[in-house]
Amino acid sequence: MSLLIVTPIVAPLLAALAGVAFRERPVVQRLISLAGPLSMLGSGLALLVIVDSDGIQATNLGDWPAPFGIVLVADLFSAFMLLMAGIVSLAALLYSFATLRERNIRFGHYSVVNLMLVGVSGAFLTGDMFNLFVWFELMLIASFVLLALGGGRRRIEGAVKYVAINLLSSAFFLSGAGLLYASTGTLNMADLSVKIAQVDNQGLVTTIAMFFVISFGLKSAAFPMFFWLPASYHTPSIDVTALFSGLLTKVGVYALIRTFTLVFANDVDFTHTLIMVLAGFTMVVGVIGAIAQYDYRRLLSFHIVSQIGYMLMGLSIFTPAAIAGAILFMAHNILVKTSLFLVGGLIAQFSGTESLNRLGDMYRSKPMIAALFAVAALSLAGLPPSSGFISKLALVRAGIEAEAYVITGISLFVSLLTLYSMIKIWNSVFWRPAPQDAAGPVTEKPGGARLALMLSPALLLIGLSVVFGFVAQPVFELATAAAESLIEPSAYVDAVLGETS
Amino acid sequence: MEVVLIFLVGGMFSAGFYLLLQRRLAQLIVGLGLLTNATNLLVFTVARLSREGAPLIRTGSDQLPESVSDPTPQALVLTAIVIGFGVLAFFITLAYRAYKQIGSDNLEQMVSTDLLDADDDPDDELQGELQSGAAD
Repeated sequence: MSLLIVTPIVAPLLAALAGVAFRERPVVQRLISLAGPLSMLGSGLALLVIVDSDGIQATNLGDWPAPFGIVLVADLFSAFMLLMAGIVSLAALLYSFATLRERNIRFGHYSVVNLMLVGVSGAFLTGDMFNLFVWFELMLIASFVLLALGGGRRRIEGAVKYVAINLLSSAFFLSGAGLLYASTGTLNMADLSVKIAQVDNQGLVTTIAMFFVISFGLKSAAFPMFFWLPASYHTPSIDVTALFSGLLTKVGVYALIRTFTLVFANDVDFTHTLIMVLAGFTMVVGVIGAIAQYDYRRLLSFHIVSQIGYMLMGLSIFTPAAIAGAILFMAHNILVKTSLFLVGGLIAQFSGTESLNRLGDMYRSKPMIAALFAVAALSLAGLPPSSGFISKLALVRAGIEAEAYVITGISLFVSLLTLYSMIKIWNSVFWRPAPQDAAGPVTEKPGGARLALMLSPALLLIGLSVVFGFVAQPVFELATAAAESLIEPSAYVDAVLGETS
Repeated sequence: MEVVLIFLVGGMFSAGFYLLLQRRLAQLIVGLGLLTNATNLLVFTVARLSREGAPLIRTGSDQLPESVSDPTPQALVLTAIVIGFGVLAFFITLAYRAYKQIGSDNLEQMVSTDLLDADDDPDDELQGELQSGAAD
């Protein structure tokens, strides 16, 4: 049992180390690099089944009993996120097999990707506040390298902004963790959930909660701390952007949901209302930013920001139905956002540019890409039949049930603007005739096996999004069960602290 | 002693934030270094500052005596120092690369990633990547 929880952390780590040993053998490196995503996918799936039948699983590392040692915990939420992370990282890796320069492989691209996956898995599974900090740092350091790898002015500039803002966010996180330990005497999240209510100075607890709002808000690109994301996400190679969009900000949201259901759930009136205000602004500002853009990846980067708002909205309403909606939305967003970036990669591959001003007429020349984009874009805007419709429906219904009309209204309005900016891409990339100064065709066009390798990941993700829409019932039940155990953390606490609590 | 450190931490935080708001890369680096270390000191201070005895819990009690400092935050700080050092070292290297690439250490010149349509970028890595692909 304990082996299953540790696998998604150890397997990518070993894959990263093995990758370094085969530095000059790109083919071997590619095969090894698959170990990380596959282990996450496999153990995520297995943990989902086990947690569903036997309850929450916890493992004490080094056999130090909780709350003294570090504990790894798998509940439905973390297992589900692990599964989704495994799927998108697999898709991004497959895409990079067809597109990544050999030079970058020699620089250790795949080892760094696997190191990042170690951090992602760790952040999903840990039940310890400081340990979460360490996993975050591991994930971030790897992402710094991925962002800067390859050089070039834009990439270096993007990396400077990204690294600086993340250092700041880590400082807030560590301060918060230190102060939290000072006022409760523990860092174990389950233990914190019990002890935080016993702290005399509840005002201080709320102040500490703000440290975590700032830190995780920075990492998940919530308003007003999102500026770094559209300034850096469009600079690295496309598979890296796809990977980041599917994983990094979502880990930030995961951490927010985890801490603000398990630990900081005493002063809901203040903290969750604040998160709701942030959620509203994040949605609106993100989508308005997107409308102004003319660069495919930059436009979608602003959409990442906008959609973080929906997830925060689910958390801030703070009913089981709303959190279930947030979980569904995260899963949906991980699939669709990654696939849209991969489609962007295909567009760039065939036309040599990502500028909407210089693209056109791809509906006629590349109907397959047009179809992929159309399905993914409609899913992002929330039209049936797709994951976007189901998850937005869940969120909106929860919002109306909880009588949070303002935020629900904003979310519906923003959906409309999302649809508008998707139509804008559709019109300029696919629908209209090619402009006069259209980018010239790329000299070497991919064909045969390479083309199949480039198309398959986007196809897989978009297919999953549609399947998600048609078999919504089991996924919805899963998300509801996960949300109920988040709102009512006694099962989590019992699983970690044992019967003594 | 705690009082002194509290003011020191506050001073380091404000100096760090002030430097973050300046225009030069070097100031950004020093500012981030100050912030990282201010955080470390904060967590260190939280543990109580005392040189008295080993942190042992007496039989019959379930709490550390008030006069002894708590070792856990010190262990955390140790980890945080290592992480902070590594990240800062990476950032300095990155800043040097940025300086070489842009030819200036003025942060206000680093705007090429904020343009609405960055397609006119003279040295765009995208082109190179599209041309080469996986050629093995």
